[in-house]
Amino acid sequence: MAVDLAHADAAYSDADLRGVALVRTEYHRIVELLGRIPNSVELGIFGAMWSEHCGYKNSRALLKRFPTTGPRVLLGPGAENAGAIDAGHGLAVVFKIESHNHPSAVEPFQGAATGVGGILRDIFTMGARPVALLDSLRFGDPASERTRYLFDGVVGGIGHYGNCMGIPTVGGEIYFDATYGANPLVNAMCVGVVPTDRILPARAGGAGNPVLLVGASTGRDGIHGATFASVSDPNSTQRSAVQVGNPFLEKLLMEACLELRDTGWLVGLQDLGAAGLTSATVEAAHKGGCGLDLDVAQVARREDGMTPYEIMLSESQERMLAIVHDGHEADVQRVFEKWGLHSNIIGHVINEPVLRVRDGENVAAEIPTAYLTDDVPMYIREGVANPKIAELWQFDATQVQPRDDLGETLQRMLSAPDVASRRTVWNSYDHMVGANTVIAPGFDAAVLRLRTEDDQDTGVTIAIATDGNGRLVYLDPYNGGAMTVAEAARNCACTGATPTALTNCLNFGNPEKLDVYYQMATAIDGMSAAARALGTPVVSGNVSLYNETEGEAIYPSPVIGMIGVLEGHPPRPSAAGQPGDVLALLGPWRDDPVDLAGSTYLATMEGIVAGRPPQLDLAAERALQDLLTDPQSFALLASAHDCSDGGLGVALAEWCTWAGLGITPDAHLMEHISHPLAVLFGEAPSRVVVSVAPAHYAGLVELATAHGVPLTQLGIVGGDQFRFAQAHCSLADLRAAHEYGLGEALGKTPVAV
Amino acid sequence: MKFGILVFPGTWSDRDWHHVLTRVLGHEAVYLWHGDRDLHDCDALIVPGGFAHGDYLRAGAIARFSPIMESVAQFAESGGLVLGSCNGFQILCEAGLLPGALRRNAGMAFRCEWVHLRVERTDTPFTSACEVGQVLRIPISHGEGNFYLDDAELESLEARRGVVLRYCDATGQVTAAANPNGSRNNIAGIINTRGNVMALMPHPERCCETVLGGTDGLPLCHSLTHALAASAR
Repeated sequence: MAVDLAHADAAYSDADLRGVALVRTEYHRIVELLGRIPNSVELGIFGAMWSEHCGYKNSRALLKRFPTTGPRVLLGPGAENAGAIDAGHGLAVVFKIESHNHPSAVEPFQGAATGVGGILRDIFTMGARPVALLDSLRFGDPASERTRYLFDGVVGGIGHYGNCMGIPTVGGEIYFDATYGANPLVNAMCVGVVPTDRILPARAGGAGNPVLLVGASTGRDGIHGATFASVSDPNSTQRSAVQVGNPFLEKLLMEACLELRDTGWLVGLQDLGAAGLTSATVEAAHKGGCGLDLDVAQVARREDGMTPYEIMLSESQERMLAIVHDGHEADVQRVFEKWGLHSNIIGHVINEPVLRVRDGENVAAEIPTAYLTDDVPMYIREGVANPKIAELWQFDATQVQPRDDLGETLQRMLSAPDVASRRTVWNSYDHMVGANTVIAPGFDAAVLRLRTEDDQDTGVTIAIATDGNGRLVYLDPYNGGAMTVAEAARNCACTGATPTALTNCLNFGNPEKLDVYYQMATAIDGMSAAARALGTPVVSGNVSLYNETEGEAIYPSPVIGMIGVLEGHPPRPSAAGQPGDVLALLGPWRDDPVDLAGSTYLATMEGIVAGRPPQLDLAAERALQDLLTDPQSFALLASAHDCSDGGLGVALAEWCTWAGLGITPDAHLMEHISHPLAVLFGEAPSRVVVSVAPAHYAGLVELATAHGVPLTQLGIVGGDQFRFAQAHCSLADLRAAHEYGLGEALGKTPVAV
Repeated sequence: MKFGILVFPGTWSDRDWHHVLTRVLGHEAVYLWHGDRDLHDCDALIVPGGFAHGDYLRAGAIARFSPIMESVAQFAESGGLVLGSCNGFQILCEAGLLPGALRRNAGMAFRCEWVHLRVERTDTPFTSACEVGQVLRIPISHGEGNFYLDDAELESLEARRGVVLRYCDATGQVTAAANPNGSRNNIAGIINTRGNVMALMPHPERCCETVLGGTDGLPLCHSLTHALAASAR
């Protein structure tokens, strides 16, 4: 059936289309698919499902480049609400990271809180009990009032939600850069555990089966949340698109869903997130190869006069769609009622693969689900590198001169906003509830023990780390992307856990701009190469584009959430040892000022973001991580700490601060240093600081040789002074710098340690 | 020996207590739903941490009206042992089984960290395995742990030796700096006059295994089991 496009065009203005994040050509495609002009409810549904947020129209083609399979992968990207790996002992570890950047820019407390709520739902929808949360945060200049407001709001919102839910927040990272001033990043990761044979699918099925909507009643909050996240300049758009979270309600929803998991009454469970009821119903129906017939008049509402359009696109939080085996609706409702939750039957499964939305007897929308999923437009562009980057690569790092005494400089580096201790932040999060936290936040990776559903210890621990370095990806998207994966994996490997799989959140600017598209495509290639080399497939993720304001995009900021698995050995700490132990470097010993290119030192001390950062050698990185996870390493290494932001100087100072031990450097090594600044703060990759008892040093030499990893003795630990490469200071000064740096940068009153 | 662990909507330390009581200590433990009245012949009751009913009104203010709390009151009245922690402390205060109230932390921030506690008395069923003056290292995790009583009541509490645990530094000194939440007289845990209902803001259930960073929760748990064993004889 042909429709006259001129006639169709008259139905909606450009402004109408923009309001639902569609462009004219997409509208034409919709008319063509339907063979008629969509009504406004249908147009809104298309807008939401075809948005970047739900449909990944700009990123889908690129996401296919990621490796997604591996021996432990149970569920890869898109299969369910989150990815899953096999941790052994009949248990699956389910995890995903997701952004809530745009809402957090507008209303930081609720934006961050509901970001946590959303990612938690993704996990328990699958029948997994959440065991850990992590948050990767980016803010602008810590001295600005705006940043301080956003920081307090975001940190407060995360704590509010996670603490009330009783899920420990065990890690994450925080970085500051003016690039994030108007576009803060709030990426929340959740990890859950479920018996592998009891994962609940997010699909509908069985014609006639009833569909229940449970949890919060539906309001006008968050309408257009998905489309709002798919355009630039969040600050200039709707505040009403931000939802308000109720962690208590979510806790009830979680317990009810987990109680229902094993009853056999559920066909599937799908949470309501972006694009609310629309996305949940379309995805559940599409995955199940069936359709749904809904009556929005049956949806419990918190305000009068809501239209079908508003009901379908509301993003009210703490709601869940349950597809129930016919005849068990009363059983399911009884469990929900026990937990004080209201549920309504809002429709039923049909064989015909369409989404039919009725308002009582009137059909408000009817769309084949495939149009909303398979037919989402896919944009593939040819990216173009920003010529500015080639200019930035011309920067000559060998010209960088020390500013003052290197001991002073080291203290300033340790107190830098990107380096200083985050203790005050993670102490505001309950990081211990659940009785699984073996290594608390603040170190390379958090480590949790894994227990079965009937509370038997499995002897397995999982290491979890998030990482991302926008500056490195900006200066060199391919290498930076690879470094991000490598560092997250290295953080896990430091504990001894074998990096196993990852989730990622791709935070970029407007993909319609060719240089941004180039950043995204190239960073994805770099991440993919590293993920392949390190054996860590991508099992889940999320894309957040249009992170830009007034035409200025953020640094390309992919964030990696890595899971490592360890069995048979206790996890290794980041810092531990006895006076007299040897501190050594695994990985190349470097004494070259080119390593300062793109470094934290340059950015922090000189305000310069330039140069071509040191290149990652994936084979060397793999060899290092193989050594760290080699069973023989456990008897030899007392501790291992990743050397990354701030370079070797910062890694050593952190080690000494945590271990409460000073260091006397190896005299021979010191004599031959020609560029102490570069030795201290150069950021060559694939390096780890380890401590080893003197009796084990020969064994370590053997192990390093076997793995082909360079080993350099750095010094002997003990005392209360830090001495290395012309940096000399007391441990007490280092500790104070590290401890109070963040609070000082944010203008806070110090809190006693 | 059978423990009952109270579960309100929003409770989250219930599972941690269950783990310690059954897997670490080898006892029997059952969950007691807030809407029920039956205590299932439990020998002692645990009122665990969490955000009962979301703590939206005031921590513990709604939980005290749950049907189970009537049974808890009768159980306490008949001499049964009741131990509250964190939100459980708040609930027992709201229910009138313990004096005082828990206000917002003095710094207004939620704090989750290890603190030190000085044991003030050991002649209780909850601390008999400790020594007077012993310093325990136990985590806290709360936003409303600022224990308050007016001057007269505080004096009476101290006079009857109702304070069992005080926040202190690592050496046992009770200092302002060691007080994480502004509690009056650094009070971290108190006991009722009869000596069978005790509560503390810290979480002993989080430190009963070396792998979790400490085992100072064990003396409190062992005291309780010793008391139950003694009363069974």
